[in-house]
Amino acid sequence: MSQPAADESGPAPQGAPDKAAVRRNLARRTAVWMALAMVLTIIAYLFWGRDRLPAAEVLQVLGGQKVPGTSFIIMSDRLPRVAVGALAGAGLGISGALFQRWLGNPLASPDVIGVGYGASAAAVLAMITLGYNDWRLNAFALAGGLVVATLIYWLSASGKRTGPRLILAGLAIGAMLQALIQYLLTQAQVNTASDVMHWLTGSLSSSNWHSALVLLISLGAIGVVLLPFVVRQLKMLELGEDSAAALGVNVSRARMLLVIVAVAMGALPIAMTGPLAFVAFLAGPISAALSRGPIHIPLAGLTGAALVVVANFFAANLFAGFALPVGVITGAFGAPFLIWILVRANSTGSGA
Amino acid sequence: MTATESTTRQAQERTGPRLPRKVGAFLILGALLAVAIAASLLFGARSVSLGTASDALWHFDPNNGDQGVVASRFARTVGAIVVGAALGLAGAGLQGLTRNPLADTGILGLNAGSSMSVVVAIAFLGVSSLAGIMLAAFIGAAVVMTLVYLVASVGREGATPIKLALGGAALAVGVGAMTNAILMVSDSTLDRFRKWQIGSLSSTPIDTFLGAIPMVALGALILLSTARVSNAVAMGDDTATALGFNLGRARLLGSIGVVILAGTATAVAGPIAFVGLMIPHAVRLLVGSDYRWLMPGSLLAGPVLLLAADTVGRVIAPPSEIQVGVMCAMIGGPLFILMMRSGMKSVSL
Repeated sequence: MSQPAADESGPAPQGAPDKAAVRRNLARRTAVWMALAMVLTIIAYLFWGRDRLPAAEVLQVLGGQKVPGTSFIIMSDRLPRVAVGALAGAGLGISGALFQRWLGNPLASPDVIGVGYGASAAAVLAMITLGYNDWRLNAFALAGGLVVATLIYWLSASGKRTGPRLILAGLAIGAMLQALIQYLLTQAQVNTASDVMHWLTGSLSSSNWHSALVLLISLGAIGVVLLPFVVRQLKMLELGEDSAAALGVNVSRARMLLVIVAVAMGALPIAMTGPLAFVAFLAGPISAALSRGPIHIPLAGLTGAALVVVANFFAANLFAGFALPVGVITGAFGAPFLIWILVRANSTGSGA
Repeated sequence: MTATESTTRQAQERTGPRLPRKVGAFLILGALLAVAIAASLLFGARSVSLGTASDALWHFDPNNGDQGVVASRFARTVGAIVVGAALGLAGAGLQGLTRNPLADTGILGLNAGSSMSVVVAIAFLGVSSLAGIMLAAFIGAAVVMTLVYLVASVGREGATPIKLALGGAALAVGVGAMTNAILMVSDSTLDRFRKWQIGSLSSTPIDTFLGAIPMVALGALILLSTARVSNAVAMGDDTATALGFNLGRARLLGSIGVVILAGTATAVAGPIAFVGLMIPHAVRLLVGSDYRWLMPGSLLAGPVLLLAADTVGRVIAPPSEIQVGVMCAMIGGPLFILMMRSGMKSVSL
């Protein structure tokens, strides 16, 4: 299996091997198309970013030569931007898909149920009152996300089906955190406030190789070490917690690990790029619609990466000579998708 | 019609306290309102005596600093009354017409919709008159309300409370992202809006609040006229239809009232959430769930909450102040969770 991603649905159940194989195939084909689209967009972006670069010079730079100006734009701006964008999108996509599958509700993504606001509020606090701008921001975002996830879970824990309660508790916490963020904004100097606002919109403009590396290492470590294990346990949890326990899963530990991994994969990118609107929310459902199956965790990660990379391309090219923050694009183009997902979820009865 | 009235009366006898208690509840609310108004005028970063306050009202002396403080608090006191009344009643109306205990103009995204269209109107279209801003706020609230309701009513069981809340929250996330994007275009826009966006009464001139009164009155009249339908709706849509109510027309009318109230409140004070959620529930404890009492009660109780939140926000961290929108979210969020935890069993979410 060259595609570990496609293996995620596990051994096909007896009696329906064809269906499972077809679905695996579809997922793999979707993954290939998605990756292709992403690579093409990246290449296009190297030529057509905010400024058009002469094709010959770009090719020279890619060939390893140094061209004054162009080298800098490509090596220190465009490539790290794309790298951070793809990594952040992948993290957000996986985080959203984990929550959506665990809670069995496409609306239960971290940005709707308040976990994203937790990370944002903690990061804004660190930026405005403590003036942090480095790895400590990551630590704060991660801690904020975890605290909120724990709080929501604790508030909604009841033994019975926790999904709707958890979502409602998340909504309330999210509203409070938004108020907190707004309050912090009014307390800041207008310059800081403007920076924070920029960050809150979600932007790749401060990306560099260092942040890309940090994201790669942190997300990569979680993705390689913990994620396969979490995904395996998630499938057990989806059978119902009693069944999972009967299958020998330590349910509370599995749940805790799932939440930690999901929050970390969502909060680490948020600390770098700000909350990119809707990426966590949309990646899972879009990938599921394209592969005509249930939400597939690695495919959702790939979809998230592709979403951000494509949005970044549009952000740079939509208005000549003026680059929008990428969060504006994901926000604006995400809204119609959001309505579509809401309608779909409601009409299949999984909305609530 | 007699059948309607006797059924309504039955429902009322089943759920509500007796008439003298209701009248008593209104007297209590009125007294609370008077206390809250007095507190709002007297307390703040710099507190003044009752005598100074009454002097400021009746024989204003521009050279007296303390009287000046009272005068400056007069505007926000009027604002809290107007906005609180609008939000409290809008919440009661929404909860009645959608039979949804979690309905609130903030939770369903109406405030976010209003904010966005106000920001667009001011930043791009150069709108500056109060009427223009209010019109923009109405449009934004109406669009979001329609969208949320349409999206939530797809599916077998129709617009359930949780679907409405989720749809509203999701739309609010999207609309908020776009509002942020617009605000980012320039520092001066951001600076103008960041205080407004949080929900604040502090720097708005009194004329703005006074100008909002006719719209609030109009919205209130429209909503109050739907009180009897809301009573019938509480017994189920089928029952209400069987009793001869035209639900579609009533919901449309009620929605117009809610949009006017929520839009006006947002236009003058920024988005303030949870008031519409908290007030009807609190008032229900006092007067029962007959909307003919609940709605006027919410109209009275909304200002009490907003005045209290504004006053506490001023006193809690002098010399700076915590905006009324933040205070309401900090009180309302936990209350929402509490209600959800206790209500999950009795209310069919």
